[in-house]
Amino acid sequence: MSEKSESFVLRRRAVVAAILDGRGDTLVVAGLGSAAWDVTAAGDHPLNFPMWGAMGGSVAFALGLALAQPERRVLVLSGDGDLLMGLGSLATVAVQRPANLAVVALDNERYGETGMQETATAAGVDLTAIARGCGFPLARTVRSEAELAAAIPEIRSASGPAFFTVKVRAEKLPLALPPKDGTVLKNRFRRALLGEEAG
Amino acid sequence: MAETAATWPDDIFEVFRQMGIRQVAYVPDAGHTRLIDLCRADNRIRAVGLTTEEDGVALLAGAWLGGQRGALLMQSSGVGNCINMLSLVTQCRFPLLSVVTMRGQWGEFNPWQIPMGQNSGEQLRLAGTVVYPVEEGSRVGETVEAAARIDFEGGVSAAVLIGQRVIGTKTFGGAALEESEP
Repeated sequence: MSEKSESFVLRRRAVVAAILDGRGDTLVVAGLGSAAWDVTAAGDHPLNFPMWGAMGGSVAFALGLALAQPERRVLVLSGDGDLLMGLGSLATVAVQRPANLAVVALDNERYGETGMQETATAAGVDLTAIARGCGFPLARTVRSEAELAAAIPEIRSASGPAFFTVKVRAEKLPLALPPKDGTVLKNRFRRALLGEEAG
Repeated sequence: MAETAATWPDDIFEVFRQMGIRQVAYVPDAGHTRLIDLCRADNRIRAVGLTTEEDGVALLAGAWLGGQRGALLMQSSGVGNCINMLSLVTQCRFPLLSVVTMRGQWGEFNPWQIPMGQNSGEQLRLAGTVVYPVEEGSRVGETVEAAARIDFEGGVSAAVLIGQRVIGTKTFGGAALEESEP
């Protein structure tokens, strides 16, 4: 077993804030739990869709959005637990090859909302290798500040589908909760993206 | 006897065209073979093969968020895979149009199809979906159209369950009953 995730260098809130800094018109999907709180801590935004449930569904959800909006960057920020539940969706994305979709796995090797139990990545399961094996043309693992700085331009604009595992420290952080009402999240997103009549 | 010249898949496709369906997600089912082929051949429709049906629920919610209508094709066994993901649809009031080909109903030879085949409608209702069973091939098209309207105009999940009697028990691979595919 390698280094424990409690001592990983990168901190998830700073990672997400750096990725979303100057996000422009990027469409952001956040998987349930800590990823949704991280995205909200970086600044609530009408073009955020933070999940409160639907575990395993963030990537497939973002794929439907990316196919519907091929001119816009679609970014998934999600945890290893959510992504492990929906591994098959990585195969589906790779087959569809949406150039505008990037997936960032905030991998702390823990189920953060349920007591910090280890996920399969703590035992060595490699999400980047899985994405590469599915056929993502770009798949990378980020462990340091320098690697993050190099990856951010790719996360924002590299031709995808692109997959990044960012190894982040296992830590309990203050909650930063987005709106909980799903119709509010949906309607404000559609208005911001499609115009007032779309809400 | 099997309806070898059944037109209901073409009827569904025509409804999809009229309703402006742009993404069709599916886990293949023998009963949906022709409809899947029609969708894959049409460059106005993005056909997305899934590894599990619940991904289709999420995919089509995302499509709607981005301004596109979609439909999910599956067989009755796939309904069980969708249940928790339907919470995304009900909580956010995303429309979801599902077209389900039923197994485990009419002369089914595989008993493992019976649990979902006999209970898909109730399970979908419990998960907040409006359910339209249809047992006549000639009524499939109009039923899908009705479901699509309540979906996209009402912001709900609606599923059309096409009875195994419509699909034809013996059409699966054209094989004899005891040789049919699982």
